[in-house]
This record gives sequence, structure tokens and C-alpha cells, in this order.
Amino acid sequence: MDRSPPGVSRRELLGGLSAAAVHATLAPLLPHFRQSPVLTRAIPRTGERLPLVGLGSWITFNVGSDRSARDACAEVMRSFFAAGGRLIDSSPMYGSSQEVIGHGIRKLSGPSGLFSADKVWAGSGARGQTQIETSRRAWGVDRFDLLQVHNLVAWEEHLPALFAMKAAGRLRYVGITTSEGRRHDAIERIMRTHPLDFVQVTYNLPDRKAEARILPLARDRGIAVLANRPFRQGALIQRMERHPLPPWAREIGCTTWAQFLLKFIISHPAVTCVIPATTNPAHARENMSASTGRLPDERTRQRMVAWVQAL
Amino acid sequence: MSDWWSYRLSDFLLFSPRTWYRLIELYNRDLWPAQLLWVGLGLAVLLQLRREGERGARLIWAGVAVAWISVGFGFHWRRYSEINWAATWFALAFAVQSGGLLWSGVYRRRLRFGDVRSARGRAGLGLLAFAIVLMPIIDPVLGRGWIHSAVFGVMPDPTAVATLGLLLVTERPGWLLAPIPLLWCLVSGATLLALGSPEAWIPPLAGLLAVVLLVRRR
Repeated sequence: MDRSPPGVSRRELLGGLSAAAVHATLAPLLPHFRQSPVLTRAIPRTGERLPLVGLGSWITFNVGSDRSARDACAEVMRSFFAAGGRLIDSSPMYGSSQEVIGHGIRKLSGPSGLFSADKVWAGSGARGQTQIETSRRAWGVDRFDLLQVHNLVAWEEHLPALFAMKAAGRLRYVGITTSEGRRHDAIERIMRTHPLDFVQVTYNLPDRKAEARILPLARDRGIAVLANRPFRQGALIQRMERHPLPPWAREIGCTTWAQFLLKFIISHPAVTCVIPATTNPAHARENMSASTGRLPDERTRQRMVAWVQAL
Repeated sequence: MSDWWSYRLSDFLLFSPRTWYRLIELYNRDLWPAQLLWVGLGLAVLLQLRREGERGARLIWAGVAVAWISVGFGFHWRRYSEINWAATWFALAFAVQSGGLLWSGVYRRRLRFGDVRSARGRAGLGLLAFAIVLMPIIDPVLGRGWIHSAVFGVMPDPTAVATLGLLLVTERPGWLLAPIPLLWCLVSGATLLALGSPEAWIPPLAGLLAVVLLVRRR
């Protein structure tokens, strides 16, 4: 039986084996060393590797100026980074989420390895530049790793400005986003005509519209994929938790529905990183644990779809 | 936005129920005991209207205008806008409503009160009494505690409903002053519905009742 996950290249496999070897060597020496190496996947344009699970901030990090709630979000970030996470995603559309992330970054004294992913969400290019600078200050970072055009708002104006920022060394990656399967025709057209680094779409077990065109096109064009809304804002988890996990879930290292749902997403070879959001540090650890161990192969993925559809 | 039909109400909600109720808790805590003052002022308006239909109209409208600007600045601008960017627009709308009330009710004296014993007048008084007395106890009754009480002059819902009640008692209908409270009733109902709050139907129903009664008086 082929135990290597689908779509994992030889390079990725060797990278994972190297990480495992380092882990085995160092684990006894470091008291807080992570239990299992986190699986990563390369950003196609550069080969830079990202952990397969990131952290979203939609709704969960929009807590305003409430000090205790901000500290609670910082603890979520602490758990996320301690478990090997890197990518955090936000948007100026998410209320106070950017300031709350900035609070967490300061509280954690600038966590090493942070991959900052934000968006521009403004009706014009001129307002977009002001907004990006406001966002950068809210995060408290020197520059963003990734900036995406949120829901394609004024993308014709924002994309050239983002590519210019990248060329000037003020940004590392450029992307576009959509959610819930909307505007896939436009997303596909932009993916074909612009040198995008990232595309962000909704992809989860019941919402697999992206599998038809976006994910294959992303592989063909060498575009990294962020998968949003993995739990449908928690509704999917609530629905699934009324049922027991399939008995074979343990074969792919899943002991919870969250792991089951996340492993399905990240086992698609085109997906670079999934971005679940949470307010619970334990859930952040649980989400990260989905990026460890074995990923389901294609046959198991089909089994997962059939199981969930039958519920 | 060609896919507008695919959006659900929950897609427009930027925060969780926990964050919303925590915002109200902290806001009420910071303002305490101003809530008592506003309840007292509301009761004074209610009693004044029952006793003397016309007297003190300018004073009453001045107080209601202060309530709108107080909620617009204190709640929408300073607090709610932290978690909802649209709240800055709500604050602007509340400031416009406050200005309109000052202009029509205080400066131009166009909003004199009519017969409170008529069916319409009684309905208006009923709506006002509901906003002043009953709306503050909805949250405690639902188990959220007094710290979440929605008080006239402090929170937008009772302020909007109380204003609609007062507009029903005026001699001539103040049509231009009804749209903002009515729109707020809709916005609030939609927000509470998206939050899964069982009292979500109250503001829109109060608005609908006011519209029906305002139309019937023409």
C-alpha cells in the first residue's frame, strides 16, 4: 500500500524525512520540542515551505478593545506558533482583527517564522495604499509577506500596485481571494492572465466547487492555494459532531472531526495551507495536529466524501 | 456584486455573539449609573405627555435629540465601530437624526404633541412606555443579566422605538424624522437575527407597528 500522500513530490517527501530525522535527534535535548513534525508544502513560485495549517482571523479575532479577549487571542497565537504554525491571515474588513493580531505579535515578542497574510479591501487604488499602510501598522510588521485583493474588490487597480510593491521589495507575494464559490470565472481569468503567487478560495468537504477548475489551474500555473472556511464558521463541525467518526479515521491519524475535515483539505495536492479560525488555544493545537502524521490518499479522500455525504 | 443573491445574513456579521454581548457589558459598566438618569428622564417624558399634551414639547425633543447624539457618539462611534466598520455610518445617521429633531422639534416647533387619549396617541404612548420600561428588562429576562440592559438614551434600539412612539403622538406627522429610526429597527433586527438572539423580531415589529399607525393617521 502506497503510504505517501497524493501529490507529495519527492522533494516534499525528502523534506519531511529530513525534518523527522532532525526531530528524532533533537527531541530528547529540547524539553518543549514538538511531538510530531509539521507537514509543509512549497509555495510554487519560490519553493519556500509553509506548514499546511495556518490561522484565520475572520470573526474570531474581532474582539474590539476588550483587553481580556485580546489576551485570549494572543494565547491562541501562542498555541499556534508553539505547535509549529506560521501563516496568519486577516483583512481590513475584519473589524479589529488586525489590531488584535498586532497585540498578539507584541505580546509574543515577534514570533519567529510568522508569515503575515493580509488583504486590501478598498474601492480604489489610491485608498488601497493608505489602507495597506494602516494595516501594516496595526500588525506592527516591517512588511507583509502576502497581500491579497479581498473578494476581487477593485482588483484592476490593486493588482498592479501590489506587483509594484513586490518589485520594490516591499512585499513578497501577491494574491487574490474569494469565498463560498463566488466569482470563480473571474478568479480563473485573473489566474490565467496575471503572475499571481497565491489564490484564496473556499474549500472544504461539502464545498468542493474549487476542485473543478481553480485547484487544477493553480497547479498548472504554479499558484499557491489558501483554503478558507474549512469549518463553515463552525457550523460544519457542529453538524459533524452529532455523528461518530468513521472507525477508519484513526488510520489517517484523526481522532476528532476537526482533524478529519482539515486532513481532507490539505491532502489535496494543490492546497498549500488551510486557515481555520478559532478562539480556543486547545483548538489551535488540535487544528495544527492535522498537519502531522499521515495524510489520506486519493482512495481515502473519496471514502471521506462518501462518508460525510451519507450523514 | 453579481452573486449578491448567494450571500446569507450571517455573511455580513463580522463578530461573534460573545463579542457583541461583551461590548454591551463593558459599555454599560463604563456608563453606570447614567442608565438610571436616562430611565428617569424617559419616565418623566412619559408622565409629562400623559398630563399635558403640548407643554414642554421643546424640552422633550431636546432631550430626545441628546439621546440620539449620545448613542451615536458614545455607542456607535466610540464602541461599536471597533468591531463593525459600518458603525461609523450609523453614528453619522444618528447625528443627522439628532440634528433633525433639534431643528423640527426645538427650533421650528413643528412637533407639538396632540391628543394622547386618541387611539393613535395611546399607541404612541404604549410604544414609548415599551421602550422606556420594558426594553431594559428583555436581556435580564432572557438570562443575560442587568449589565446587558438596553436603556433609552444609552442603547440604540430603545432610543429608536421611543422616538417612533413620540412621533405618533405629534399633531402633524414628522415623516422626515421617521426613516432613520425605522431603518435602525431593520438593521438591529437583522443583526440580532444573525446573532441568533431570540428577541430579534422586536425592533422590526415595533417599526412596522409605527409605520402602520403613521400611515393610518394621514
